[in-house]
Amino acid sequence: MEKFTTLTSTAVPLAIEDIDTDQIIPARFLKATTREGFGENLFRDWRYLPGDVPNPDFVLNDDTYRGQVLVAGKNFGMGSSREHAAWALFDYGFRVVISSFFADIFRGNALNNGLLPLQIDDDLLLRLQAAIKEDPELTLEVDLPQQTLTIPSLDEQVRFEVDPYKKMCMINGYDDIDFLRTKADVITAYETKRPVAVQ
Amino acid sequence: MQKTLFDKLWDQHVVDTVEGGTDVLYIDRHFIHEVTSPQAFAGLRKRGIGVARPQQTVATADHNVPTINQDQPIKEKLSRFQVDTLTQNCEEFGLELYGLGHPYQGIVHVIGPELGITRPGMTIVCGDSHTSTHGAFGCIAFGIGTSQVEQVLATQCLLQVRPKRMRITVDGTLPPGVVSKDIILYIISQLSASGGTGYFVEYAGSAIRNLSMEARMTICNMSIEMGARGGLIAPDATTFEYIKGREFAPSGKNWDDAMAYWQTLYTDEGATFDKEYVYRAEDIPPMVTYGTNPGMGIGVDQSIPAPASPSASFQKSLKYMGFEAGESLEGKPIDYVFIGSCTNSRMEDLRLVAEYVKGRRKADHVNVMVVPGSRQVRDQAKREGLDVIFREAGFDFREAGCSACLGMNEDKVPKGAYCVSTSNRNFEGRQGPGARTILASPLTAAATAISGHIIDVRTVLTPELV
Ligand code: SF4
Repeated sequence: MEKFTTLTSTAVPLAIEDIDTDQIIPARFLKATTREGFGENLFRDWRYLPGDVPNPDFVLNDDTYRGQVLVAGKNFGMGSSREHAAWALFDYGFRVVISSFFADIFRGNALNNGLLPLQIDDDLLLRLQAAIKEDPELTLEVDLPQQTLTIPSLDEQVRFEVDPYKKMCMINGYDDIDFLRTKADVITAYETKRPVAVQ
Repeated sequence: MQKTLFDKLWDQHVVDTVEGGTDVLYIDRHFIHEVTSPQAFAGLRKRGIGVARPQQTVATADHNVPTINQDQPIKEKLSRFQVDTLTQNCEEFGLELYGLGHPYQGIVHVIGPELGITRPGMTIVCGDSHTSTHGAFGCIAFGIGTSQVEQVLATQCLLQVRPKRMRITVDGTLPPGVVSKDIILYIISQLSASGGTGYFVEYAGSAIRNLSMEARMTICNMSIEMGARGGLIAPDATTFEYIKGREFAPSGKNWDDAMAYWQTLYTDEGATFDKEYVYRAEDIPPMVTYGTNPGMGIGVDQSIPAPASPSASFQKSLKYMGFEAGESLEGKPIDYVFIGSCTNSRMEDLRLVAEYVKGRRKADHVNVMVVPGSRQVRDQAKREGLDVIFREAGFDFREAGCSACLGMNEDKVPKGAYCVSTSNRNFEGRQGPGARTILASPLTAAATAISGHIIDVRTVLTPELV
């Protein structure tokens, strides 16, 4: 997994609420057997009009907005457990997604792939979206060790929550399997006590 | 101390606890399918390791498979490649595969229970969000991502933070024409598509207790549609009766031992939940959805809400569906009806549909697909002559798979067409690009197929169905 510590970047605003994983990466693109190349089809059905013509009204096709941070609407990532959604965002180049609420499975998948789901409150999210619209060059500073998001032009610095174990993994670029494999003995010991009913 | 059923099960499976409170959770059963597993196997190969406990993982092919001519090679190249990759991976890593052509093949959440693999007290995971279905047996079952599929293959454990607990109680007696799908669509419409986020739900109350196992699975299946990690129902006589005698169910002394353990699986009197909701079964109507998430549901005789200042998302959703705020869906002409998916493709669903349509014929302009959840369901339906009833009604009775629940195989709903579907998601493009999905119960779907427009089943109930 790619390490993540700090990031300073402009951001792409996508002020739509309840974005589900079928929109992030439609099911027909899940036929791959590798993790690469999903960025091309990120938000496919919003990004392209019939005939694969880029939709000029969709933010990813608007050169005004660039950056490694996606600022989405409330309740991001609901729906399917497909990790392809996190891969697509990461492959496209995003390293942070900001929202005021994340679906559980998406949050876990993102953290397992070096993509930071950063939750802020509704009010700040709305202000941030408006501020980016007004000034596409607005920069954000994300500091994972300190767990802070700084928006200099809004004169804001907020602390965000992240699971301490996941934070350690992201900072060091470790994954769960590296960690769990160190627990092999404890796991084997547990197995001797499992009830027959569940074996 | 009084414990909830969820906590009893969770505690039983904690192998170790990491700093910050993350638990190492032991996984009793792991299901895999072709879509979310290939990258996990690639990961194992890259690390140079095998599957830790091969007997605890079972594989099937369901998402990508065609639902006709399953005896022939899959035509679509990428689908075929994904299904073949699963076969190769299972061979290489020594896993049981109920692939295409196997008598046990089917949607992963249908075959686990019907084979007696899913049992009370277990932890069950699968790279698929509707793994929550298995919770109907009183187990902790939830969907995981592909990195976690790799974790379970590699270690038989998962790192998990314990979710909060919610109890949803439904008491009373369901009105005629209202079935378990309506209960869960009603609950989600009350709590919204994100109302359960962060929670694991226990469903309780007399209306839930009175449901069959298959009806309970429909409820637990859609827990994820309100954002919950999963949902479960305490096992009881109905559960034990269902499991007994199934292919992989324990027998003899093992059955007695299992029963002794299973009977301890309930929420203690006085145990507390982080959140509780109580509903009355009598208040639940036949439900339909009008928008693009499962929380956007109404009683079939009600009107689409017309908020004074609708949000942009609400407007976008209605525009996609081609509906107006304030209008009713009753009487809307429909192009497609899909009866299937891990929510409603079991024997009881097919029997209910057959009972309604027997001796009737679908409206001419409607395309109707009935897709059984598994080979075993299909074979049983044929033994009972349901295939004949469907054929005479003009329904297309197909072979087992996920089918038009998601647009990954050949079964898709065309752009702009309306489909009344017994599946679980009405997201934009879920059943094919531009497809418009209206979620409903199998009974509402059957009645809609016959009338050709959305119909309140209560107005057409025959005495046998009441
Ligand atoms: S039937 Fe639909 S929801 Fe169920 S596992 Fe298949 S694709 Fe997923």
